[in-house]
Amino acid sequence: MAKITFITSDNESTTLEATSGSVMQLAVDNGIAGIDGDCGGVCSCATCHVHVLPEHFKKIGEPSEIEKDMLELDDNVNEYSRLCCQIEVTNSIDGAVLRVAK
Amino acid sequence: MKKSEFSDPFEKARVDKGYGKMNDQDDPVTMVLRLKDVRKCAHSWKTFQSGAEPGRIVVPSEVNIRDTRQIPFEVDPPMHKAYRDLIEDWFKRPLGKEYQQKLKKITDAIIEEVLTMDSVEIVEEFSLRLQSRALTLLLNTPYEESETWISWGTHVFRSKDTALDGDKANILYNYIDQEIDKAIKNPGTDLYSVLLACEVDGKKLTKEEVKGVMILTFAGGRDTVINAVTNSIAYFADHPESLKLLKEKPEIIGKAVEELIRYFAPLTHMGRVATEDTHVCEHAVKQDTRISLCWASANRDASIFEKPNEVVLDRKLNPHVSFGFSHHKCLGATHARQIMNVLLTSLAEKITSIDLIDCKENIENLDEFKRKVGYDSLTVKFNKR
Repeated sequence: MAKITFITSDNESTTLEATSGSVMQLAVDNGIAGIDGDCGGVCSCATCHVHVLPEHFKKIGEPSEIEKDMLELDDNVNEYSRLCCQIEVTNSIDGAVLRVAK
Repeated sequence: MKKSEFSDPFEKARVDKGYGKMNDQDDPVTMVLRLKDVRKCAHSWKTFQSGAEPGRIVVPSEVNIRDTRQIPFEVDPPMHKAYRDLIEDWFKRPLGKEYQQKLKKITDAIIEEVLTMDSVEIVEEFSLRLQSRALTLLLNTPYEESETWISWGTHVFRSKDTALDGDKANILYNYIDQEIDKAIKNPGTDLYSVLLACEVDGKKLTKEEVKGVMILTFAGGRDTVINAVTNSIAYFADHPESLKLLKEKPEIIGKAVEELIRYFAPLTHMGRVATEDTHVCEHAVKQDTRISLCWASANRDASIFEKPNEVVLDRKLNPHVSFGFSHHKCLGATHARQIMNVLLTSLAEKITSIDLIDCKENIENLDEFKRKVGYDSLTVKFNKR
């Protein structure tokens, strides 16, 4: 079981629990504003962009090369950017805090 | 070669040099063929603009048949964002449960009907009807309006005799003018009325601006959706095992939709106009000449996609560009994805196999490249589960 917190653009904070699946799916299933996940999680639509809070980035980890290429040309990218369809829910990411990118 | 195969005519040019050339009504186009280059050029709106003369970024060019600027499609930032922000939420309505249930009802009704027929011509009798009826949901107009759109035939701009048909385009433009006037007299809850009530920089949208959004909505989602649906039916006719797989594993339908859309790339490419002397893959591109972002080629780029010429229904990483990329990515993508999602769900539920009786391929002539983009006609028989 992992607890994951999403902070939306209007600074609303929601903490959700899950044991498996992708972080994008967890957000979509719970109606987190700003996470659409249009492509169903295959790294095509970039509608699930989050900024991991710096202190949590190590446990979330670096994006793959394909994900990096997608993010590289996003206007709101920073060094803590991830597409959350590419983050698997596991115990190791328990407590992570993610800010939904605009 | 199977009837449902779509080969990749761009491979050699993409690997050897990264670009191709085509002429189009004496306004030549440099086609950008590699995925990373396509993305970079799509993102570089200052160098490669969309806000050129209306119709010029479309290939084949529509400069001679259209004066109305399509919005937000033919507008550059920052105005592009002002327009896009107005309508983004409206075009995300397909994510809602009620919208999806209505779409399922529309799709199921068409499938039930064709199941009673000995043979069905998919382009006219299936895809066009599904596309038109689904569009009533996106526009929030009465279902009966779809009968008018179906009566226009498969192409709004293109006819069998000529690449560009001004008379046919006028049918659409006159229809939209009429519908806007109706919405001015009797505002309702449809997209026309919503747009008429919108403001940009404190000013109401003009009739011409509303028309620009509506032309885009009608034209952008017609051939493309019809191709995606028709080509998918052809694929399942050749691959009954895939229908079985979707029936057994409905959880992969989302991935299957993305993969079919990658493989078919229902829109081959989209143009931009260079605002300065520049280059693509070390090839000079002069100011005020056109490039095109070739989505169809980028989707087969072997440096990104493993087995690019195979349909892998559960492909896990699929950064295709069939819906474009960056600021101008397809506004109707959410709607299109839902149409495909519901279609695959319903086919898997109701059909065991599809017999392909006859087909005529639609081959685009892109000078040095000839690309199959869909079918002029596809006749099949559906077999019930």
